[in-house]
Amino acid sequence: MLEVKDISYVVDNKVVLDKVNLTIKPGLTVITGPNGAGKSTLSKVLMGIVKPTSGSIIYNGEDITNLSIDERAKKGFAFSFQTPVKFKGITVGDLITLSSFESESFISPYEILSDVGLCAKDYVNREIDSSLSGGELKRIEIASALVREAKVNIFDEPEAGIDLWSFDNLSDMFKKLKTKKDTISIIVSHQERIIDIASNIILIKQGKAQVVNSKKELSTIASKCNDCKGGC
Amino acid sequence: MNDLDNNLLNVINEDFSRENAAYNIRKDGVGIERNSTEDATIEPKKDKEGIDVYVKEGAEMAYVHIPVIITKGGFSDKVYNDFYIGKGANAIINAGCGIHNDVHADSSHNGIHRFFIEEGATVVYIEKHYGEGKGDGKKILDPVTEIHLKKNASLKMDTAQIKGVSSTIRTTKAFLEEGAKLEINEKIFTHEKQTAKTVFEVELNGNKSSAKISSRSVASENSHQDFISKVVGNSDCYAHVECDAIIKDKATVTSDPMIVANTVDASLVHEATIGKIAGEQLIKLMTLGLSKEKAEETIINGFLK
Ligand SMILES: Nc1ncnc2c1ncn2[C@@H]1O[C@H](COP(=O)(O)OP(=O)(O)OP(=O)(O)O)[C@@H](O)[C@H]1O
Ligand SMILES: [Mg+2]
Repeated sequence: MLEVKDISYVVDNKVVLDKVNLTIKPGLTVITGPNGAGKSTLSKVLMGIVKPTSGSIIYNGEDITNLSIDERAKKGFAFSFQTPVKFKGITVGDLITLSSFESESFISPYEILSDVGLCAKDYVNREIDSSLSGGELKRIEIASALVREAKVNIFDEPEAGIDLWSFDNLSDMFKKLKTKKDTISIIVSHQERIIDIASNIILIKQGKAQVVNSKKELSTIASKCNDCKGGC
Repeated sequence: MNDLDNNLLNVINEDFSRENAAYNIRKDGVGIERNSTEDATIEPKKDKEGIDVYVKEGAEMAYVHIPVIITKGGFSDKVYNDFYIGKGANAIINAGCGIHNDVHADSSHNGIHRFFIEEGATVVYIEKHYGEGKGDGKKILDPVTEIHLKKNASLKMDTAQIKGVSSTIRTTKAFLEEGAKLEINEKIFTHEKQTAKTVFEVELNGNKSSAKISSRSVASENSHQDFISKVVGNSDCYAHVECDAIIKDKATVTSDPMIVANTVDASLVHEATIGKIAGEQLIKLMTLGLSKEKAEETIINGFLK
């Protein structure tokens, strides 16, 4: 169980997260909400990438608020970035191998890459740089998190940039994650089809989080939402 | 050759093989082993230190190894090596220098290499530099490479200064005729108080000639690096120079690029980037469970691979 207790994050006098309280149980939790609401920031707080201004994160009873990114990774956290990171000289194969280093069952780069719909032999030796397309980078990013077989999986907009044709594969993968015992999966997403398979839905609006009980409730809130629109 | 010699040789030339290859091993200023093949002949110079390497016209694939090892502390060595590559020949040439210096006095090696590459010939030239040893005597390497590429000839040069070289000034000059191609990939790592200076001077004289120069370097601790390049386009040509440096600790790097177009048809690009390791790269690797130190090492090793 992952508990978010009174988490706030203030930067440049802007309240990005405003006293967020959540209890996240094993299964599939989808975090949704308008652009700039604080979804990525909250995911990064969970992974230790962003240090909250106040509040705490409790994982299975242990306060992990002050643990670094790699310490959380060692506790079984995995993270897939909204914007994949590029490297110079590090190949797809290198990254997947590094990622799978501590996973229990050894999954080969070939296996995981085909799981995310990439023909492995065409990619293992390619560098993770801008010569890869946006969708390719995204799939590699997802693979690098999945291959870790983590206990807490955090995916920030995994579907962004993934074509319609591969979407079923992706949602199948998340369905599989959902049934994994003792495994928490948190997906930031705007996609109805991902919200459809969620065990829990969390809506973030202007840094505030609320639990939504059904997709129907979500659409009611969204249609009434005045502060969800961007602009000034 | 003893264990130390073999170790040094292995670091600077892991592909070394006596089979089917022309080679010349130079140790502490003396040629200790030499072999020629049907495709490649190696002859010692008569008037000065060094060798002449001849690759036969049309040779399908000639393998040449000319490693230099220096195991005596306080030893200075200067050699002149010339390479004559016949028309349409293909050759892979492995050079490199390893210095082991356990004493207080400085050791140095200056290799002056000239390449005369005839029409349509293709050369891959690999050069690795490495220094080791417990003494505080410096390990100095100042290589000079001069490349003459005739019509449609090409040279790909991979140079790497792996570690432990106290001071280096590497100068590379190239002259390209019509349709000639030059590709240089340089990797440099400096640490402690080392200094490394790289100078490239490339003249694109023939139409459709092209040059691609890429320098990737990591400067750490108190080291300093200079990157100086001058590419002159005298024809309908293309050149791309890229200098990409990562700095750490108290290291410093300067990049001084110069591109000169002497005709409207010359298309020349220079990119220079100097900066510390990207924070997002560190974070990504840390999400995989790597410590910050391990993540840094992984990024640097990949960058210099
Ligand atoms: N370090 C920072 N400095 C300034 N503003 C920040 C910082 N980090 C986040 N923000 C701001 O906080 C808000 C929330 O950002 P966040 O990336 O969490 O949004 P999001 O909900 O993931 O949006 P999207 O759907 O567009 O991905 C944005 O307005 C963003 O500009
Ligand atoms: Mg976001």
